[in-house]
Amino acid sequence: MADAAADKTVQPVVRKPAEPLLSKRRKRIVSDPLNEDNPITVQVLGICSALAVTVKMEPTLIMGISVIAVIALANLVISLIRNFVPNRVRIIVQLSVAATLVTLVAEVLKAYNYPMYKVLGAFVGLIITNCILMGRLEAFAMGNKPYDSVLDGLGNGMGYAWILLTVALFRELLGSGSVFNFPVFREIGVAYTNNSVMVDSIGAFMVLGLIIWVQRTRTGYVESH
Amino acid sequence: MQQSNRYIIGFILVLCVLIGGLLAGASRVLGPAQQKSIELETKTQILAAVRSLVDVPQGADVLAIYDQRIASIVVNYDGEEVTQDSKGKSVVAEEVNIAGNYKLPPQERLYPVFRLVDENDESKVEAYILPVYGNGLWDKIWGYVALDASLEIITGTSFDHKAETPGLGQRIATHEIQERFIGKKIFDENGKLVSVMMMKGEHGGGQSSIDYYKEDPHRVDGMSGATLTGNGVNAMMKSYLLGYRNYFKKLMASAKSVAATQ
Repeated sequence: MADAAADKTVQPVVRKPAEPLLSKRRKRIVSDPLNEDNPITVQVLGICSALAVTVKMEPTLIMGISVIAVIALANLVISLIRNFVPNRVRIIVQLSVAATLVTLVAEVLKAYNYPMYKVLGAFVGLIITNCILMGRLEAFAMGNKPYDSVLDGLGNGMGYAWILLTVALFRELLGSGSVFNFPVFREIGVAYTNNSVMVDSIGAFMVLGLIIWVQRTRTGYVESH
Repeated sequence: MQQSNRYIIGFILVLCVLIGGLLAGASRVLGPAQQKSIELETKTQILAAVRSLVDVPQGADVLAIYDQRIASIVVNYDGEEVTQDSKGKSVVAEEVNIAGNYKLPPQERLYPVFRLVDENDESKVEAYILPVYGNGLWDKIWGYVALDASLEIITGTSFDHKAETPGLGQRIATHEIQERFIGKKIFDENGKLVSVMMMKGEHGGGQSSIDYYKEDPHRVDGMSGATLTGNGVNAMMKSYLLGYRNYFKKLMASAKSVAATQ
């Protein structure tokens, strides 16, 4: 009798099954920013660097990798300390963490890939001001667990990178006649005169506009007025 | 959550110490590798000016080739060799800050001379490589000009830039443009330093541009759409080469005296 009463009051601790590492929800955290919630084409953030670094594929790739690394790491750090960050100075804290990571990326580039540092130097520093980065820190990392925040950072970083690479592909191909410095047109024997509009930032606007058009037609996204 | 002013100040202080320590540590750890990258970059550019004389294969040990082939000195405006700066520190040509010297009046600048010497005989100079520095259209441009042993003919150039227009002024950093200077002369028939002028307008690009001014030793074909960058190159070459004119005079005088004794 006594045992039965004890059974009623003391509930056995049942461990909630942990969410799988790549559950459906988590996959969406990564995949949404690649397409339906893309930071560049849908939210139209981070345009300045999208114009500046996309003349050639190679610097664009390095820039993309740098942004992915910085967003994912900054999201992780901010998410880890999110419960300790005083609310009144949270933006400053986010900025300091992001600035530190960006400086580290720039220093590593300077040490191990100096030619790239010369091309990207100014823009890597400007990752700090990249609205995507600060947006993710404030909107996601401050309110979510570390692992989810890393996934969110990876997703948004990759969403940024693939759009930039697509823009760079067209700009380098049509503007310089090459892809990753490989002279495509010369190799296949097609006479092609480089189009200097594509080398200019106007070319980036045109390609970006076309990508946004195609994507919004496919996803049916309409901006609310 | 704890939100008192004391907590906020404490939090920020801890954050500052952590971040400051991290960055200082990174700077110390990466410092040597960065120095090496910059050294490699500088020496690659210097060798690039004489790429018609020295074949540097892809992936070759640039630093080893540089050590073997380049003997550098520093001269002043009067053409005298400088070994110590005003503070008594020894001067190394590779470490002379061209951008910093550019801000000084020409008479006070240090002028590095990178001499390409024979593989076996260090006293036999094959070419003189001189730095140039100036203003392009948007920002600084710089590079190296190589003169042959007689100081008459340009044997090569290498230019770089900070922010010239992509596809237009940026072309000064390409072989196509730099090759146009090869074989040109910087002194006219009367021995006056006139340098080389990049003209307005472009005639076909590539080899046809080289052929267009083949007969003119002081002119090279321009860059279509980048005349102002071209003007910057002209001004940069002339003003910087003029800074070496006393050194040139000394070299020529000693060459003449050697010729007379032989």
